[in-house]
Amino acid sequence: MKAFRFALKQIIPLIFAYLFVGLASGLLLHKAGYAPVWAFLSALLVYAGSMQIVMVTLMVSGVPLYMVAVMTLLINARHVFYGISFIDEFRQAGRGKGQGWKFPYMALTLTDETYSVLCALRVPAELDRHQVQFWIQHLCHMLWVCSCTLGAVAGELLPVDMTGIEFSATALFVAVVVNQWREARSHLPALIGLASAIVYYFVLGPDGLILPALSTSVVALVLLRKQIPTGAMEVEHDR
Amino acid sequence: MTDNWQTAAIIGVIAAMTMITRGLPYLLFARKCPPPLVAYLGTALPSAIMIILVVYCLRNVAWTVAPHGAAELISVAAVVVLQLWRKNTLLSIFTGTACYMILIRTAFPL
Repeated sequence: MKAFRFALKQIIPLIFAYLFVGLASGLLLHKAGYAPVWAFLSALLVYAGSMQIVMVTLMVSGVPLYMVAVMTLLINARHVFYGISFIDEFRQAGRGKGQGWKFPYMALTLTDETYSVLCALRVPAELDRHQVQFWIQHLCHMLWVCSCTLGAVAGELLPVDMTGIEFSATALFVAVVVNQWREARSHLPALIGLASAIVYYFVLGPDGLILPALSTSVVALVLLRKQIPTGAMEVEHDR
Repeated sequence: MTDNWQTAAIIGVIAAMTMITRGLPYLLFARKCPPPLVAYLGTALPSAIMIILVVYCLRNVAWTVAPHGAAELISVAAVVVLQLWRKNTLLSIFTGTACYMILIRTAFPL
């Protein structure tokens, strides 16, 4: 169970964010008049924080189903870009007898946060990397299901004011950016991402930036691929 | 009862569409190995994605009115400095978040 314990250590920074956002989204659903079972099911099957919050609005407003489908595709399209980095990894994780289900499971439970944890992950040689990745994703998924359900059942009883704890997700992303910056042989990818995000922030406004920025980055990276050496330098890494 | 079916249908549609966005890269390259260009993107793209996510997280900050996102900027700076200095991700995140939660309650109330 060494892999399990190592995975648990990797997700500590995430626990607060998942707990708080999960509780909040469960509470939101409860306040809109839906039974806790729906919070449980959407956490289990959808497992996407921002989408579950939008979902409550969609349920209440009675938008037709095809619009729900289109909105979901638009909001979650960024996930397509996450998967590209893990095609081989997850396929390998699913090799071996009785392990086949891990490939689709890991593919379908890759979120913004687990993606960033996996990007920053350096596994000691004595541990099985794929096992660690699996536990990270599975623990996060279960934590999410528990906190969403708990939010729907008992969110109103929460005694302390935790406003601002959602910043831990931003802090996680910033820390990963710093790690990547230190290790990258070329800073071009990060600079391309930053430039396109800022440009679309001004052109399309705060809520419309993510998808155009990702697509533009892909095009720019493809066009500049001769200038960008891939692979990371070997540097000392965090505990 | 119709209400329950409606709720189930909405959750079902959202779950299915989310799974499609997550599963698409794997479906496209299920049988064959990804071509070199996709493999290259797999290594070059994460740095771009993560920084876009940071901008996305800060998208709703009111930059034009006082305090001009001071709480966010100071807390992000704290994370960057700590991460460069101590290289301990957990410490950086914990301190940055605590810094933010304190600032929005004291110096820069929401």
